[in-house]
Amino acid sequence: MRIVIIDDSGLRATVLEEGLREAGYDDIHIVPPRGAFVARLERMAPDVVLMDLGSPSRDTLEEMLSVSRALARPIAMFVDQSDEAMIGAAIDAGVSAYVVDGLRKERVKPVLELAVRRFNAFSKMQTELEEARTALADRKVLDRAKSILMNQRGLSEQDAYGLLRSSAMNQGKKIVDVAQALITASDLLGGGL
Amino acid sequence: MTTNLRIAFLPLNDVAVLAVARERGFAEEEGIALDLVRTTSWATLRDRLVYGQVQAAHMLAPLAVAVTLGLSQQPAALAAPYKLGVNGNMLVMARDFSAALEPDPARRLADPVGTAHDFASAIGLWRRKPVIGVVHRFSSHALMLRYWLASAGIDPDRDVVLRVLPPSLTVEAIHAGEIDGFIAGEPWGSAAIDSGRAEAVAIGERIWQRGVEKVLAFRETWLDENPETADRLLRALARAAAWCDEPANHEALADLLADARYVNQPADLILRALSGRIIPRAGDAAVAAPDFVLFSREATSFPWRSQALWIYSQLVRWGMVEHSPENAAKAGAVFRPDVFRRALAGSDVPMPGASMKLEGAVASPLAVGSRKGDLTLGADRFFDGRVFDPDRIDEYLKGFSQSH
Repeated sequence: MRIVIIDDSGLRATVLEEGLREAGYDDIHIVPPRGAFVARLERMAPDVVLMDLGSPSRDTLEEMLSVSRALARPIAMFVDQSDEAMIGAAIDAGVSAYVVDGLRKERVKPVLELAVRRFNAFSKMQTELEEARTALADRKVLDRAKSILMNQRGLSEQDAYGLLRSSAMNQGKKIVDVAQALITASDLLGGGL
Repeated sequence: MTTNLRIAFLPLNDVAVLAVARERGFAEEEGIALDLVRTTSWATLRDRLVYGQVQAAHMLAPLAVAVTLGLSQQPAALAAPYKLGVNGNMLVMARDFSAALEPDPARRLADPVGTAHDFASAIGLWRRKPVIGVVHRFSSHALMLRYWLASAGIDPDRDVVLRVLPPSLTVEAIHAGEIDGFIAGEPWGSAAIDSGRAEAVAIGERIWQRGVEKVLAFRETWLDENPETADRLLRALARAAAWCDEPANHEALADLLADARYVNQPADLILRALSGRIIPRAGDAAVAAPDFVLFSREATSFPWRSQALWIYSQLVRWGMVEHSPENAAKAGAVFRPDVFRRALAGSDVPMPGASMKLEGAVASPLAVGSRKGDLTLGADRFFDGRVFDPDRIDEYLKGFSQSH
């Protein structure tokens, strides 16, 4: 079974490809949706096409599927239209899958399920990465605000942090927002670091 | 009690009515909490609607007809009781291609007949078949482009390549030379013009003065099972639409749409179409196109069944659907004036007395029969002067086959 993954994010495609290889599929190709990707895909004559539901190139792909004379058999999205739970899970995970007509659903279902799991794992990974990045950025803002307070008001690091925290609580704001406001004000007043 | 509704959209100017219903409190007044879901392709918008992840969608009118007729992936019965706008598209071509056309872009736009014939000659001069981007096979843009090209004897399936790509990728594709031009909803044409790579060649309003464009599409079953919620939503949208058409609000509307949650493009680009002042070539003076896009006036949002049937006639014309009485009936039934009437009966929205009309027959503003309020329809001519009679589709189609 030839599986083509159309994906812009090299990392997600790799995560998916690895999973499929571990599951014993070995005819897997990754095509980024750029330039003449449709012509490449046509030449590959895939049995299953997996694509990120969020990719703006889905309309281009579907147009090709509806007009291509090169593809021997029509390709439809999702192998079993009656399996609403599977389709719902795929849409939630952000996977769209196109399958050639005539391929038995028992053969395709594991591929689809695997794609859904890998897409979910990938987006979890991305969320965690994003959270880690935000935490790091927040810490930098806090450190800068603290040092402004330490320099301008002669506070210890602990007291500077305490002052930021109590101001945030009094104003009902997040501590990082108060710190950012302090930095902006300090920059405007020319007293920044 | 508040009802939560999720509606999918694509980043285009004509999401205006939905955005304003949410941001200006019109939905809230009707007890609706609107969650607008930004989507990057029509395919994903369609899937979200068909599989119930959203209750409604900002959809290309021909796509709603095509999904219902089973011409696209995920066939499903859709229903469109409300039009989110009329007109709003622009055809732009790369500057080296437009060099073969009338040099003054303002004159090009004013003379769609002449420009279509110039375009036909320009095809012969071009180094290969020109590649024109369209946002979807089942889009009003593609149907109007085909209509316009064919009027000058161009076979849109043979003489040019129509390449499907989403609006947000059009500007990039013209830069990369993958396409020679495209037709899309605003602000994408203006964005390409501003980048210096493209010029305006035609605007939708001059091809069909009142062209059917986006609809609010529901699953038919959902619409039938939730009449009370649908009615409240339509009332909120009608008030939002009136706000959008008010010239004094255009700047605020452009600012709102410029937000990253909606169109995410500069407000001054967005404003051009809203205020009907189109800059056809970077550095040129604006061309006045006061009907570039309509949201409310002239009962814009009323879903005339004759317009669903015009779409059907074009799908038949281009061999995309088999012509049969059953298919025609199914296509016409996608537009739901009955729901529009029920929802807005108690409002001050003027209510047409009929559900079908001749399309393209109004040459100058015309007062028409209305169940309440004064209703004046604006000129709605096709640029070639043809009139579509929804009761005589066969005759209409024969008229095209004789001319080329």
